[in-house]
Amino acid sequence: MPDVIPADSVGIVTPQIAQFDTPLALSCGQTLSSYQLIYETYGTLNQSASNAILICHALSGDHHAAGYHAMSDTKPGWWDTAIGPGKAIDTDKFFVIALNNLGGCCGSTGPTSINPETGQRWEASFPIVTVEDWVESQARLADLLGIQTFAAIVGGSLGGMQVLEWSIRFPTRLKSAVIVASAPKLSTQNIAFNEVARQSIRRDPDFFDGNYIDNDSVPTNGLGLARMLGHITYLSDDAMGAKFGRQMRHDSYQYNYGIEFEVESYLRYQGEAFTKRFDANTYMLMTKALDYFDPASQTNGDLSAVLSRAQCEFLLVSFTTDWRFSPERSEEIVNALVKAGKQVSYAKIEAAEGHDAFLFPIPRYMAVLNTFLSRVANSLTTEVK
Amino acid sequence: MRSDLEMIDEWVQPNIRVLDLACGPGELLHHLIQNKQVKGYGLEIGPDDLNTCIEKGIPVLEQNIDEGLQNFDDQSFDLVLMTHALQQFRRPDLLIDEMLRIGKECIITFPNFGHWRSRLHLALKGRMPVSDFLPYNWYDTPNIHFFTFQDFERLCREKDIKILRWAAVDGQLKDHWWIRSMPNLFSETAIFHISR
Repeated sequence: MPDVIPADSVGIVTPQIAQFDTPLALSCGQTLSSYQLIYETYGTLNQSASNAILICHALSGDHHAAGYHAMSDTKPGWWDTAIGPGKAIDTDKFFVIALNNLGGCCGSTGPTSINPETGQRWEASFPIVTVEDWVESQARLADLLGIQTFAAIVGGSLGGMQVLEWSIRFPTRLKSAVIVASAPKLSTQNIAFNEVARQSIRRDPDFFDGNYIDNDSVPTNGLGLARMLGHITYLSDDAMGAKFGRQMRHDSYQYNYGIEFEVESYLRYQGEAFTKRFDANTYMLMTKALDYFDPASQTNGDLSAVLSRAQCEFLLVSFTTDWRFSPERSEEIVNALVKAGKQVSYAKIEAAEGHDAFLFPIPRYMAVLNTFLSRVANSLTTEVK
Repeated sequence: MRSDLEMIDEWVQPNIRVLDLACGPGELLHHLIQNKQVKGYGLEIGPDDLNTCIEKGIPVLEQNIDEGLQNFDDQSFDLVLMTHALQQFRRPDLLIDEMLRIGKECIITFPNFGHWRSRLHLALKGRMPVSDFLPYNWYDTPNIHFFTFQDFERLCREKDIKILRWAAVDGQLKDHWWIRSMPNLFSETAIFHISR
């Protein structure tokens, strides 16, 4: 709980809800006749509406990216380390928008929402949405907020995939793209991890084929297990080793299946905590969005051909110990952009935290982000003059 | 008198694709982007230099050149540059092959170890030269290969590499008639424009 709001915090923020009644045709063939998106904004939109930055969230993120909802909050938003006055994504310069994606469970229309056509919760019947659908819905939110062109769109991991899709789908609607610890498509190994996560949820008897709320149930075991698996892949071997080593709960082995090592306790805690804040159907849907994303499939697998549509400037960032979205995956995007002759810079940040590094305020990472975005901000002021 | 950058600038055609290996803070690339409207990319691994490039809006990629350049297609650049860095890589000969594979032409500059002061230093003092231009001790220098203007010419001959033109400059990176007449003895920096 913050006794006082830190000077570099955006402070107390209030989420807003945008209602959309124009039907949205989804990649899967279904149509959402109406939907809501919950979002937060930080900073002030300038007169020419040119200083907006859109933040795209990853698998388990939401619209609460910075600041606090109340003085009683124990933690700020998920990317508070990067967003705020004087921070890398400087709210003194930029108007920052963060939303919860469609299909989410934090206030945007998703499996836990009521389907207006049936009056029942969507649950398992909520259509699978894709990165393309998200970007389409985000563009509609931008329209609503009067933003024709973003100064930057920023995202890590699955969020970076949305940024990449923006650059291809709406090339004139963003000046710059910041893609952190991401990939142009998932590797086979990544799809395999996602499948294990989904299976652990689906095989939980409390899952009820996705209609667990109707059955007054929560598939906590399955969702917790999925999160435990995910969590391991987000950390590096070194980071886990440094944090827990073989640290034990008791002085000697107990020779049973209770908690022996601290890492077991940590994972169980992480898994359980996650089930209290996240919906299993949303988790499954987000993993499918990851699996399906592959923009190069439009151009026979040629990534540089599809990226030739992009007009913005790119910054790519990867982390040395990230094995879920390794530097090589970011470099695939970099190489394709160079081949297509696009303006791109790339930094490979030395970091011990694995994939999770993208959420940490690693000094060099923050410096690169800040330098890049400062120049974007300066180019806006030059244009106004 | 012209500086090495001015000379390189004269040799570079406008609107071409340029790759600058070990671009440092991007001085040359920035100049070429501004004045020759080239489409340029720099490779660099120094965090401060990378940040300087990003600050100036010079496209820069963090990539360790010693780990290979396989990610660049054959003849995908009009010009591959390398200023004052060739002596720092593991295999300069293989690197030159790679540069000529990726680029139609290359411009390479390097410190000429055949300069009279280096010769004198080694001959009279019997110790490895340390100068303003090569200000390192033998044990901490990033320069792991020492070669001369003539050594480079000879390597080009052995590899059937065409020398399109060359220049030779002093420690202030300026050229003079006497350097031009005896580059192996008088140049501190050699500049070669080469192709296959």
